[in-house]
Formats: sequence, structure tokens, C-alpha cells
Amino acid sequence: MMRRNWISFTSIARKEMIRIFRIWVQTLVPPVITITLYFIIFGGFIGSQIGAIGGYDYMAFIAPGLIMMSIITNSYSNTVSSFFSTKFQRNIEELLVSPTPNWVMVLGYISGGMTRGLCVGMLVSLVSLVFVRLPLFHVPFILLFALLTSFVFSLAGMINGIFARSFDDISIIPTFVITPLTYLGGVFYSISLLPEFWRDLSRINPVVYMISGFRYGFLGIADSNVWLGLGMLLLFSVVLFLFTLSLLKKGVGIRA
Amino acid sequence: MFALSIADLHKKYKGGFEALSGLSLDVQEGQFFGLLGPNGAGKTTTIGIITSLVTKTSGKIRVFGVDIDADFPAAKRLIGVVPQEFNFSIFEKVQDIVTQQAGYYGIPRREALRRSEKYLRKLGLWEKRNVAARELSGGMKRRLMIARGLVHDPKLLILDEPTAGVDVEMRRGMWDFLEEINREGRTIILTTHYLEEAEQLCNQIAIIARGKIVENTSKRELLRKLDKETFLFDTKNPVTEIMPLENVEFSLVDETTIKVTKNRTQSMNHIFIHLDSQNIVVDSMRNKSNRLEELFLEMVE
Repeated sequence: MMRRNWISFTSIARKEMIRIFRIWVQTLVPPVITITLYFIIFGGFIGSQIGAIGGYDYMAFIAPGLIMMSIITNSYSNTVSSFFSTKFQRNIEELLVSPTPNWVMVLGYISGGMTRGLCVGMLVSLVSLVFVRLPLFHVPFILLFALLTSFVFSLAGMINGIFARSFDDISIIPTFVITPLTYLGGVFYSISLLPEFWRDLSRINPVVYMISGFRYGFLGIADSNVWLGLGMLLLFSVVLFLFTLSLLKKGVGIRA
Repeated sequence: MFALSIADLHKKYKGGFEALSGLSLDVQEGQFFGLLGPNGAGKTTTIGIITSLVTKTSGKIRVFGVDIDADFPAAKRLIGVVPQEFNFSIFEKVQDIVTQQAGYYGIPRREALRRSEKYLRKLGLWEKRNVAARELSGGMKRRLMIARGLVHDPKLLILDEPTAGVDVEMRRGMWDFLEEINREGRTIILTTHYLEEAEQLCNQIAIIARGKIVENTSKRELLRKLDKETFLFDTKNPVTEIMPLENVEFSLVDETTIKVTKNRTQSMNHIFIHLDSQNIVVDSMRNKSNRLEELFLEMVE
């Protein structure tokens, strides 16, 4: 039984990998170019005018944020577009008619989102080496925050894909929710520099904790309690995973 | 043992449309079973429920004795399905589509590759194995779905309109293939619009209309029930009126074509004599329609 599930999981994962690397011009290249531009413009041109934050120059401060931003957006967009196009082309039926359990299906798609999110994250990290030498303050934190954030946003993308009925629906959430939360999540600034009202408001943005915890892994400085951030990520992972399973069980968006 | 046993199946879609209203059906192991019915009768909904794409409102389904409510995964392993519409990713390669499907059934990759080769070869797709599915012709896409449906060696194969959009020659080839796998002991259920297809292939035929089975009998029995046939007569000269004749219906399609419907037992001579007496000369005649088609129309009306 476990062996069958494992084979089924690897089949989905394999399919997702093939997809990511088949359309690498769409999946891997654009985010790397975008983030490189951020490095050049914000880190280089503008950053040179800005003083140090927490003892680090601006380039070093934004680098972890930019890496995290690429992990978030790419994990999300991979599962949302892959799952939605699977629904759209109806080849989701290949899985539905098979004995593959729902949890294996979810993990299969999540593995695709995480592969792309973490691949782009690695590529962006490599690019960052051109601009700045990042210290490694606490490697387990870096890995944990990268993996869990990628997991959570892959799940979120899958949920979006489950509900989506048109191609418009797969860009609404990224545009109106993910992007604002990320840009306002302390990629480019420390929330401690904000006026009190905005600082308090930022504290209800979960992305703040993810970026902050990830940055802590590199620089050893944080905007927020990193343990709280880790706890939140674990909680989100469990809740979103169970929510996704319940949607599939009910057949939302996939079974008539 | 029944390959498939459906009891009192109901399906009401959101919005209130009742697609199935108490459908019951038994299919014997080894049968080549035809499920006929007009569009919207409930064929695809029934197949959808058996394969878990549609959730039933109520009813019982057993596949080789396995209740789908008790152990759907076990039932799914016994079923292969070839849907009506193309439902593979057109960007993926032909062999990948088949081996992936095997993977979803837990078949190890080495074995999946072996089986995909076997079925792709049998269905004439081996040369195309590395081509993206979008580049296949309609008939090839259909055969790809058959290969995909067989890769886990199901005991029951369900095909929903498998020859729609397939040219005549290829259709023959597909029929031969299906007959071959049926002879090997696989139970086949086929829905079709081409009644000729059912007549050719199936030994048991059920007719479904308005969400219920209205007829379920052997092909031979079904054909025997057919008592009317229709011909088209082409006349030498324009005809304006035909005198009525007992037990025969005449109608003019155009001024030189007469549609004649008669009882099967009635002689043709009788009709020719009747027409001759009105100076109507018949140049040629042809069969209006397939025999099953008429029976079919009679039953679903």
C-alpha cells in the first residue's frame, strides 16, 4: 500500500518536474531576471544612498527578503497554474479515476511548487553573491523558513487552483493579496522603522514573520520574534494541508 | 459474477437537473456490453459515477463484487476508462501520459515502461511515443486514451463513445482491437451513437433514456423486436400524390423521392404493384437507416 502510494507520489512529482523544466523560460528565468533588477536598482543605485539597517548595509538587508519573495511567489504560482491547467485540460481526471489517495495527490503537487520555489530561491541566492557576501548566522533557520514558507505557499496556490474557474481567477489572489503582503512584509525595509500605527498593522501580516525569520538565519537580526514566526509557519502548514484535503474530499472544483 | 452491478442509481446535479432516476444494470463478466441512448440520457453521468468523477446522490455500485462505497480504491484498480472527450495534457509526450497513468495505479516505472510499450505498439502509436500529444491526429488521440485506460490491466474497460470522430478505416481497426481484448477475457462496456458499432461488437445491449434503462437484452433479441423498416425510392418521374396502402406509410421527401415505411413481414412486391398501378416507376431504392436506429428511436420516444 505504502509502496503504491510512493510510486503514485513520485509519478506526480516527476510530471511536475518535467513541466517546470520543459517551460523553464516561463518558470525559472523571469523571476531571476526580476530579482536581479531589484538587486541592481534597490540594492545598488538606491541602496548606496541609504544608511545601514541593524548594522548591515542595505544590499545585505534586502537580499534575504528578495530570496524569500522569490520563494513565495514561485511556490504559489507553480501549484496554482499547474493545478488549474490540469483542471482546465481535464487531465486531473487521470488522477481522480486512479486509486491515488487525496493526501498523496496534494503532496505530489506541493512537491512541484516547492521544487520551483526553492530552485528559484537558489538561483536568486547565487545571483546575490555577485552583489553581496551574506553571512550565515544560523543555517537551520534558513532551511526551516525556506522549506516551510515554500510548503505553505504551495498549498495556498493549490487551494487557489482548486477554486479557480478561469485563468483570471489564478491571477487575482497573487495580484491583490500575495504581492501586497510580500511588498509590505518587510522585504525592503525594517518594520521597526515604521510609525507605530503601520508597525502594529504590519504585525498581522504573516509574511513579515517569514521574511524576518529567514533574514535572521543569515544576519542574526529580526523584526519580530523568530520562534513565533516558526510556530506560525507550522500552524499554517497543518491548517492549510487539512483544508486542502477537505476540499478534495468534498470534490470542490473537481468532481461534479 | 457480475463485472458491474448498479442498483437504483440516482443523480441530481446542483441546480436540480435529474440526470439519473433509478438506473439499475448488471453486466456479466466477459460480456461486450453496449449502452445506447440519446444525448443527455445519462450515459456519461453513469460512467462518471462508476469512475468517481461524479458523486452519486444515491444507489449502489459493485465492481466485481467490490462496493465502491466500501473500498473505492480497490474498485478503481479493476476499472479502466476511455472518456468521450480528450482529457490528457496536450503538452505531454505520448509515452509519458501512459506511464504516468500506470504510476498513479502504483505500477513501478520499469513495468510501466514495458506495458506502455506493449499497448502503444498494439495501437500503432509506438512511433509517436516521444511526440507531444497535441501533435496527434484525432484517431491517434483516441487510441492514446485506450492505451492509457489499459495500462493497469483492468478487468473491466469502459469506453465512452470511443469512435467519435474516427475515420471508417481506423474505426474497423479499433473494433478488431476491442474484440481481441474482449476475447482475452476483459469485460467491455461501450457507449455509442453509432448503432452499427453496437450491432457489430456487442452481445448485450441496454438502452438508456431519461436516466433509466428502458431495455436490456441480447442483441439478437433486440433485433428481432424490430418490425419496421424504411426505404427511400427514387422515381423516374415527378410524383405529386400517392394513394394510401394498408400497413404502409408513404411520404414525399421531394418530388422524385418517396419515403416508404413498412412492416418487416410485408412483401415488397405488394408495394411495387401498388405504385405501378399509379404509373409511378421506381428507378432505384436504398435503405433509409440502420435497423437498430429505428428501434432505438421507437424506444426512447
